[in-house]
Amino acid sequence: MNPEPSIGMALPERHHHCDVVQQMLYNASLWNGHRIHFDMPYATEVEGYQGLVVAGPLLGDWLHQIVDEWLDDAGMITGIEYSNRVAAFVGETVTAGGTVTQYDPNSGALTLEVFVKNDRDEVLAPGIITAQLQR
Amino acid sequence: MTGLLSTEVLSHIGRQTDPQREIVTRRDIRKYAVATGSRLQKYLDGDVAPPLFHLHLFWDVVPLDTLSPDGVFTDRLLPKFPLEKAMAGGLDIQYHQPIKPGDWLTATRTLSNIYEKAGRSGALIFYEVMMEIRNDAGELVVSEKTTRILR
Repeated sequence: MNPEPSIGMALPERHHHCDVVQQMLYNASLWNGHRIHFDMPYATEVEGYQGLVVAGPLLGDWLHQIVDEWLDDAGMITGIEYSNRVAAFVGETVTAGGTVTQYDPNSGALTLEVFVKNDRDEVLAPGIITAQLQR
Repeated sequence: MTGLLSTEVLSHIGRQTDPQREIVTRRDIRKYAVATGSRLQKYLDGDVAPPLFHLHLFWDVVPLDTLSPDGVFTDRLLPKFPLEKAMAGGLDIQYHQPIKPGDWLTATRTLSNIYEKAGRSGALIFYEVMMEIRNDAGELVVSEKTTRILR
């Protein structure tokens, strides 16, 4: 990780295109059979969604990835608190990002605010991640 | 309090699942890392599991005929609630140790709380499920609290 963290520092953002094959593989890897993720007539006609819903925990994973890629081998994530507020849909491109909110250079303890938002700037999944730099 | 929650429903607080023991394999880590779009080689090679991999490891594997018509399984930990429309929930996770191929891990889930609150458009029911994941030495590896809201 370079440079050294500072409070207010923004992490590199990452765009994720919500691809239908990725959704299928992700839900299959979990063993998640919820139809809203792969059955378009069910998602739109029965549940009234505008399309196939991106699995909530996948957005949670993208929150982790923002911090994990930035830390690389310099430290590890020790905790996260997040919620899924707004749905993302297959075909959308969403953006994940974050900011350092607390940093103790002596202990290496870090706190970061992270988000996944859509192209209308709606925050889909806000979170707070704690991490520990190796010392 | 709106008195939505009966004594019977509240009596389920503290209910626990049987411990579930699973082995971590490199192939499962690799599949999970690819499916989530990971770009870190240590995960793509399966040397160590990414955070949240425990969702993959402990998602209930149930027979197809036990799924509801929407493809979801009924969590046997939960009572029948008087409200059923699920709203967004939250997760609070602590990672205590990395997960690696060959690890045997055991998860136990506990229905730790049920309570109600008055929302803007009516009553809401909240419930919390705690999951503790330990290795064979009994050490805590991941602890997770899920909060879900029903309206």
